[in-house]
Amino acid sequence: MRARAALVGALVLALLAPVAAAADQASLTEIEKQVMCPVCGTLLQLSESPQAQRERVFINRLIEEGKTEAEIKDALVAEYGDEVLALPPDSGFSLSAYVVPIVALLIAAAALAIGVLRWRRAGGGPPEGESEARPAAPSEQDSERLDADLARYDL
Amino acid sequence: MSVRSVIAVLGVLAVVGLLVFGLAIKGSSGLEVGEPVPTAALPELEGDGSQSLADYRGRWVLVNFWASWCPPCRAEAPALEKFQREHGGPRFVVLGIDTRDLSDDGRDFVREYGLSYPLLRDGDGDMSDDFGTTGLPESFLVDPAGKLRLHAPGAVDDEYLSEQVAPLLPGGKS
Repeated sequence: MRARAALVGALVLALLAPVAAAADQASLTEIEKQVMCPVCGTLLQLSESPQAQRERVFINRLIEEGKTEAEIKDALVAEYGDEVLALPPDSGFSLSAYVVPIVALLIAAAALAIGVLRWRRAGGGPPEGESEARPAAPSEQDSERLDADLARYDL
Repeated sequence: MSVRSVIAVLGVLAVVGLLVFGLAIKGSSGLEVGEPVPTAALPELEGDGSQSLADYRGRWVLVNFWASWCPPCRAEAPALEKFQREHGGPRFVVLGIDTRDLSDDGRDFVREYGLSYPLLRDGDGDMSDDFGTTGLPESFLVDPAGKLRLHAPGAVDDEYLSEQVAPLLPGGKS
């Protein structure tokens, strides 16, 4: 029984190993989506310039050498600087690219909340406790006309 | 000043600040003749050292931005090498700056054309941007005081070098 379980385990590992290796292996298609063509100022996947072609040759060479995606991106940064990355690194000054939009969003939300509160306090909305305004009661004349109409159609 | 006014002023300042920041990182529109040239240090293309244009004070320098993937750069390389052999020395030098290029490709280019003048690497293109280049190749003649004397957008050839650059050099021979 134990031997059979070990055999099944070994088979599962043997089947999964190539899948895991393929997942680790860098691909040009994936890297092209994450790096820029520095001369064109566009994603590498969108560029066909001579510089972009050389960049692809460089990436393919590193893939053939068995480098991981992270290693290849590091190599590109060593060649072209941080600007080759489509997304800036999350450290140093580049961190502001992630932090500033979040802070701006929070400030905008706070400003909106404060504005709505002030507007309501200033009487811009319905009184507290009442979700909507009551309809005005019909005048005496309207009531008499309504009663007459109802009497006319009374079955 | 009320809180509302302070918030409004801060909002306006933030917008203006973002605009100024955007313009600042966009880079300058280019060097004018007579202006001092940038002097940030760059790594050597072949070697472990670094050099700056400030190291060349006292000499005329023809700064040439190029890249191995740029066909016009290939076309002008022999003329620049010839000019360096004819005029290079203690008072003048051609200085090549390989910009936004792979270093191995740049070194292959140097070997292919047998370039003998000093070569630096500007992988991220920051120096090229500081000079205000709009394409490749571009050349800038810098005087011994470190100021721009001549700007040549596009490829140079024997005729341009002998008629436009050589007369400005010490001795003025063409």
